[in-house]
Amino acid sequence: MVGAAAKRLFREENAAAAHAASRIRIERVSHGFDTPAGRLEVLEDVDLDVAPGEFVALLGPSGCGKSTLLRLVAGLEPASSGAIFQDGAPIIRPDPSRIVVFQDPTLFPWRTVRDNVALGLQAQGILKQEKSRVGAALRKVGLESFARAYPHQLSGGMAQRAALARALVNNPRLLILDEPLGKLDSLTRLEMQSELVSLWQKNGFSVLLVTHDVEEALFLARRVVIFSPRPARIVAEITVDRPYPRHRDDPVLTGLRHETLERLGLGKSW
Amino acid sequence: MRSSALAASNDLSQAQGGNSLPGFDRKLFSSSGKAAGAAEALAAVPPARARPASCAHWLGFAAASAWGILAAVTLAWPNKSAGFEDWPYTTEFGVAAGAGALLCALLAGAASAPIPPSARFPRRVAAAFRHGAPWLIVSALLLTLWEVLTAKTGALPPPFFAPPSSLIDVYTSDYARLADSTYNSVKLLLEGVAWGAAVGFTVGVSIGWSRTINYWVHPVLRFLGPLPPTALLPIAFFFFPSSHAASVFLIALATGFPVAILSWSGVASVNKAYYDVARTMGASEWFLVFRVAIPAALPQVFVGLFMGFGASFVVLIVAEMMGVKSGLGWYLTWAQGYASYVNMYGALIVMTIIFSSLISLLFAVRDRVLVWQKGIVKW
Repeated sequence: MVGAAAKRLFREENAAAAHAASRIRIERVSHGFDTPAGRLEVLEDVDLDVAPGEFVALLGPSGCGKSTLLRLVAGLEPASSGAIFQDGAPIIRPDPSRIVVFQDPTLFPWRTVRDNVALGLQAQGILKQEKSRVGAALRKVGLESFARAYPHQLSGGMAQRAALARALVNNPRLLILDEPLGKLDSLTRLEMQSELVSLWQKNGFSVLLVTHDVEEALFLARRVVIFSPRPARIVAEITVDRPYPRHRDDPVLTGLRHETLERLGLGKSW
Repeated sequence: MRSSALAASNDLSQAQGGNSLPGFDRKLFSSSGKAAGAAEALAAVPPARARPASCAHWLGFAAASAWGILAAVTLAWPNKSAGFEDWPYTTEFGVAAGAGALLCALLAGAASAPIPPSARFPRRVAAAFRHGAPWLIVSALLLTLWEVLTAKTGALPPPFFAPPSSLIDVYTSDYARLADSTYNSVKLLLEGVAWGAAVGFTVGVSIGWSRTINYWVHPVLRFLGPLPPTALLPIAFFFFPSSHAASVFLIALATGFPVAILSWSGVASVNKAYYDVARTMGASEWFLVFRVAIPAALPQVFVGLFMGFGASFVVLIVAEMMGVKSGLGWYLTWAQGYASYVNMYGALIVMTIIFSSLISLLFAVRDRVLVWQKGIVKW
């Protein structure tokens, strides 16, 4: 039974969420690298919209270029051609409103968990005024009692939670997740998938998730975008119109899983 | 929230189960800080205490006997005539050894009685005595052998070899000159090392960070770096206004080269993903250098400092032997001029103590600065 106070809190959080999400527009983006062996095309004519507060999963064979697309959206690299917009403004450099969580936690080993989480605020020069956000972010991922631990003392799941807290402390309007659960053991992964859903629902940011786990994509995302092998093109989009929290044995999801695998050219492995 | 807290505690049990350093984890998470840590460190020595108690006492009394033997040999066995006055301080040395024997016997006796756990200091002394007993035995026996080979039998001929007892004479009769030399050496060394470390670190970080600086400075470093600074000694004494300035320069050069090379490689090998993380969070160039590159490179920088210290000792002593008119290196050549080999031994012992203390100090600083590495790297 949810109390009235909790209900109010939920409403407030949702109200805040509406402001806190970005619309992302990826317009005819192509990208490639110059290698000693010649030009390597990675992305081909990718067109994609992410509505504010939407959870979109990018699914495709490994090495197809999904992660490159995330780097372009983060602003870490400029696209070879095409353009990417955040709320109508072109993305030309990294910005704390779009935070990436990588497959490796990439915590700074010389900083405690607390100081790692404080990284973004410190880099933006607002740590003194906004100190309370660090503790709040640690509480969101259940790591408050490990604030003084060093990264090498954490398990894989805890380290990835700390990386999530380090992202959330910036109040991102877009969370970019590059296979964030890829290296976790399967039990921790299931647990963290549910946590991701609840974090997303509470904070209301938009999410772009790269994964090659079909079930993960269907369990988490409202829309699953399927890419071809390199150079990556969008071959299909699947809308997952199921309420949260979802159940893994939902027959609708099972059916979508079959369809998704078929789109990936893996229909026979079903 | 509840579920994630539960998950975190699951993860903790995983971390502790999988981690081979459970003691360390416990220590860090016990919130009461240093006192608790020290208590746990003491509690973590049971392997030593678990040894049968009689064994530890036996070692303690053996140490007492060894020092007793040294005292007896020194006092009862007359010195062989060395063709000059008798070696000084033989009696005092023997008495001191006897006092050592008595102290060992007392400690061994005290350590055999049970000490209440509340008596922290006595417990610590007893533990240190147990730990050090084998060394106490061996050092007494070596001193006895040394005394026998020199003063008692003359098997090692004077004046090139002197008995340990005669070292007392050096420190009592020539302490002013020795203290002055030590002071000058340490001052010169620290001056040179400070310059070398500061410049080497700055150069290393710059060539690790900036492609342009790397293009111009790296080849010079690669070309000139391997040249031993001692080879530049004659030129340096000629070019610099004073031998002091020349020595500072050469010591700085010796320290700076390894520090620069290792700072550079430290900065160059920083995980590129750290920069991506910091950049997406709005980090400036300044932040990337001082908050990402340098902290990540520090372990390497300390290796460079360690190597630089070693090189600086060489240059210091050679420079003092060649041209500087004070310091321990100068003292060595001065003592040699008077064929006063005992004084050389005395100076060498002082040098050993100074240099090993400096290295220990460096390691202590490193352990403090790189506390996050605990359990990752050992060197």
